[in-house]
Amino acid sequence: MSEKLQIAKYWGAGCGGCDVSLLDTNEFILDIAAAADIRLWPIAVDGKYSDLEAMEDGELDVSLYNGAVRNSENEHIAKLLRQKSKIMVAYGSCAHLGGIPGLANFATRDEIMDRAYLHNPSLQSGSKVVPQPITEVDAGELTIPSFYRRVYKLDDVVDVDYYLPGCPPAPAQVKAVVLTLVAALTAGAEAPQKGAVVGASDVAVCEDCPRTRDEKRISKFYRPWQIIQDFDRCLLEQGIPCAGVATRSGCGVRCPNTGMPCRGCYGPLPNVVDQGAKFVSALASIIDSKDPEEIDRIIADIPDVGGLAYRFGLPASLLERRVER
Amino acid sequence: MTFEPKIVGFLCNWCSYTGADLAGTSRIQYSPNVRVIRVMCTARIDPTFVVKALQDGADGVLICGCHPGDCHYSEGNYKLMRRYPLLKRLLTAYGIDDARVQLEWVSASEGRRFGDVVDLMTQRIRELGPSRVSAALATDAAER
Repeated sequence: MSEKLQIAKYWGAGCGGCDVSLLDTNEFILDIAAAADIRLWPIAVDGKYSDLEAMEDGELDVSLYNGAVRNSENEHIAKLLRQKSKIMVAYGSCAHLGGIPGLANFATRDEIMDRAYLHNPSLQSGSKVVPQPITEVDAGELTIPSFYRRVYKLDDVVDVDYYLPGCPPAPAQVKAVVLTLVAALTAGAEAPQKGAVVGASDVAVCEDCPRTRDEKRISKFYRPWQIIQDFDRCLLEQGIPCAGVATRSGCGVRCPNTGMPCRGCYGPLPNVVDQGAKFVSALASIIDSKDPEEIDRIIADIPDVGGLAYRFGLPASLLERRVER
Repeated sequence: MTFEPKIVGFLCNWCSYTGADLAGTSRIQYSPNVRVIRVMCTARIDPTFVVKALQDGADGVLICGCHPGDCHYSEGNYKLMRRYPLLKRLLTAYGIDDARVQLEWVSASEGRRFGDVVDLMTQRIRELGPSRVSAALATDAAER
């Protein structure tokens, strides 16, 4: 084989933002192309699944898998890449924690199919066409990947070496991680410990947030568009639910710096088992009331507690999905 | 086989645990369904504990602390008072009946009341039936 590193990048159930984040490293992408053969990257370069199947086990040095596992194709390619790769990286929030697609775990497969294909204002009324994994036609049998009952994160289906968090990962972090892996693979530098979260720090977003923090006591929650915010002051203190307190930093505080609350895409802090439960705990503790009825009124201003708490990590939470009803 | 609810009880050290102790020393008869975990204060009860208990197969979670105004640490129970309704809404999102988690204030002198609270909670969970959390997670591992 050539001296170049062999890499692959794949998208499972994702939006493509992670693929773009690799391109967002700007001219550095040329260095990657010079140092490595990109053997599979569906969004950007040619390369077929059959080429992947034809590879020797371990022929790829690094696979960057972004997106969650929503259907049988996602799982099939995840397993193939794992088999063919020395290092498997869960790239971005969806592969790491389930991400935005993971919010679908608050609904059942039947509800999703019903909403998407049967009862939706944008559908022609009376439509009864629902995709089936297998369809018989005159020429034979046509198949499409089967849609799973729920969303899984990457390490639910394959062994993962490193997790690179973010929705999408910050370009500077992507670059640093790629350089670390290249140094480990080609120059014998020490590789990060298996299972490590790479390209992120071990402290909360608040630690890096430049906004001033004082006492947190709020008597009303606001959605970002409901209030004219003070850009120099902690968002939580202004009643805007900001997940920075319960989220790993490393993103560069992108959202609070642009006036939006942190949504939690970098995932839980080290040793935290359930990011949403921690976030909810933090949110509740800043409510300035000792009256149960007033507390109820205050939290009624949060329209979707589950979605807020687990915006990027429902499949990685303790309960993983809606379990009853 | 009849369904015997498994309930995890988080009791604060200063009021409710002592109240439960009083129920015992007073020979008060009540349902044996609660497994008690003593915490120093209800403020120590991270919502993660409750979610973890449910994940591990608890059919219900009972939280007992000092009456408002009586906290050994002045304001600890108010922290829980604020977390509790938000935790309930979180559980509702998961499709878990929020009656599976109950908060009751029980003082150190209320041994009788502790017994009544446990009886009532057990009765309520018995009516709700077993939690399906463990079964749901097991299904996910077996079938995509």
